[in-house]
Amino acid sequence: MAPTAATAAPKREPWKDREAAPYIRIDQVTKKFGAKGDEGFVAVNHVSLDIYRGEIFCLLGGSGCGKTTLLRMLAGFEEPTAGRVFIDGVDMAGVPPYERPVNMMFQSYALFPHMTVEQNVVFGLKQEGVPRTERALRVAEMLSIVKLNGYEKRKPHQLSGGQRQRVALARSLIKKPKLLLLDEPLGALDKKLREHTQFELVSIQEQLGVTFVVVTHDQEEAMTLASRIGVMNQGSIVQVGTPREIYEFPGTRFVADFIGNVNLFEGRIVEDEPDHVTIESPELSAPIYVSHGVSAPPDAVVWTAVRPEKMQLSRELPEGQYNRVSGTIREIAYMGDMSIYLVQLESGKTVRVTQPNIFRHADERLTRDEPVWVSWHESSAVVVTQ
Amino acid sequence: MAAPSYVTLGERMSAQPGRILNAVMRSQPYRSSHGLLRRAGVTGRGIVIAIPWLWLLLFFLIPFVIVLKISFSETQLAVPPYMPVLDWVDHQYLQVRLNMGNFLFLMKDPLYLDAFLSSLKVASLSTVLCLLIGYPMAYGIARSNTSWRHILLLLVILPFWTSFLVRVYAWMGLLRNNGVINNMLMSLGVIHEPIVMLQTDFAMYIGIVYSYLPFMILPLYSNLEKHDQTLIEAAVDLGSRPFRAFLQVTLPLSIPGVIAGALLVFIPAVGEFVIPRLLGGTDSLMIGRVLWDEFFLNRDWPVASAVAFCLLIILVLPIMVFQRYQMQEAGGGSKR
Repeated sequence: MAPTAATAAPKREPWKDREAAPYIRIDQVTKKFGAKGDEGFVAVNHVSLDIYRGEIFCLLGGSGCGKTTLLRMLAGFEEPTAGRVFIDGVDMAGVPPYERPVNMMFQSYALFPHMTVEQNVVFGLKQEGVPRTERALRVAEMLSIVKLNGYEKRKPHQLSGGQRQRVALARSLIKKPKLLLLDEPLGALDKKLREHTQFELVSIQEQLGVTFVVVTHDQEEAMTLASRIGVMNQGSIVQVGTPREIYEFPGTRFVADFIGNVNLFEGRIVEDEPDHVTIESPELSAPIYVSHGVSAPPDAVVWTAVRPEKMQLSRELPEGQYNRVSGTIREIAYMGDMSIYLVQLESGKTVRVTQPNIFRHADERLTRDEPVWVSWHESSAVVVTQ
Repeated sequence: MAAPSYVTLGERMSAQPGRILNAVMRSQPYRSSHGLLRRAGVTGRGIVIAIPWLWLLLFFLIPFVIVLKISFSETQLAVPPYMPVLDWVDHQYLQVRLNMGNFLFLMKDPLYLDAFLSSLKVASLSTVLCLLIGYPMAYGIARSNTSWRHILLLLVILPFWTSFLVRVYAWMGLLRNNGVINNMLMSLGVIHEPIVMLQTDFAMYIGIVYSYLPFMILPLYSNLEKHDQTLIEAAVDLGSRPFRAFLQVTLPLSIPGVIAGALLVFIPAVGEFVIPRLLGGTDSLMIGRVLWDEFFLNRDWPVASAVAFCLLIILVLPIMVFQRYQMQEAGGGSKR
């Protein structure tokens, strides 16, 4: 069952169903390390999340944001200082990792170096006491799912990075866990392999119906894999949503800036109507017109976020009196399929614009130090108030 | 202002050796002889290796060959007390007399075979005891936090700062009928007559295990310390209770360390003779003691040399196994 590029997410959206009960419930979970009281380091700060069955949920954040600690609490390697974790309705307080219906795929794969591929994969079944004949069947089945038939007798050091990852995946899925935790699953792979593995992971997940929770700092990974993303910063969940929601409707400057690239213009609301707002910004020569309403107190400072791909570059003055500004191209980065332009505005601010390389020949293309107009459509901007 | 004349003279003089050396090294005689030497294998690196090689040759290989030669000889009342193996006869014949009698004697007399087997038995049992005591210690040290680890390792190595003999005597003081342990137990009323501990096999094992324990702990620690802890987490996550995870993951991966430690204890323990003599009884027969007695009491150098040679032959196999594991540890390392 091969996924199409457009449907990396499952078709149903259980989080929108008010009747659906969450499969994994994280309830006000806090984790403090170090001294008791106020002196310890708070790695996870009152996090609450509902994850539904069959989802691929991504915890996305930079280093030190608490995502790995949260993952380890789901696995059972850490106990929350406060709060509870429920898996399929069962409170996991005090339940050790070997008794949880949870399995984990480690960042370093953690394959047992003294065991063959077969022995690695069958390890979980042996702990359960599964009879030998059934074990052999399930191992063969699992190895064919990850496409490693014929590699049974090899040892980890005889495998490539991608093959080791597939062994780790097979090993962690063979027990048919209710929840699979993945710690930076694609970090160690090269770009092409990463893309290929992303789609394979989604395919396997759909095939087996296991709920995934993935921890990553790579937004591309999150965007491709996830049905929903939870963006974390300094121990808290900042925003939860589908990749599209997070990207097109960031709730805060942090999220807007963290995912992809964004141009932020600080300004004040001048005209505040239910269907549009006008914002004056000292960084731009013309006011900004956004075709959706914003809920903010009068005279509040807001930020307008416009993604680089939504901006247009032109040599001629664009029509209309809003959403345009002139500048000079300072840098061009040629990426093959598109080019990144760094344009310095009159106000001194630099904006980032990406354009697909439609023209193959040099004559039509923009060059460095060329004066240019940057503009965008009124529906392209998002206003964030924090 | 120009520098004083003595300064410039000094500078010129100190620059001279450098210039002279440069001139010499650039000269043709130096270059051709240097090239010749290098082709003959005499390089700087070669000379550095030659020094320990010559040391081993002089102080190990040659003495060994001498002992081997003596083992082929016969006793006689002379200085040295054995007959010459190589003889110059009639100013032209080189006579070589190889007396196999010593080796035949060793094979026939049950004392020597018993002594060899007894030594192997004692060494094996000591190795097992060292393993049983040393493994948990090495594991504990490897799993402790870094701040504790240094202190614990220091405590393990600390006994080496005192003399080995003094430590063995200390055990005598502890285990004597009138020693510390017996006195303490008697004063507590636990026993009424002293327990005989000294001059027994029990005391000998205590002495050997105590003395050789660090040799077991250090290689084991070195191996265990390198283990990747996420392997244990992976095993636990897959349903294995912590102790089973230890048996299935840590133990197999620590085998090279176990073998290294075991051989480091076993090989010297076979030839151990001070501890059996001081702490052991008259019936704790060890080959080291037999050798000593043969050499000093019986003054039978040839038989003693034959015993020494046989001891070495017996140990060659364990030594080769040890060598192989050492090289695997150094070259391998598939743990991370």
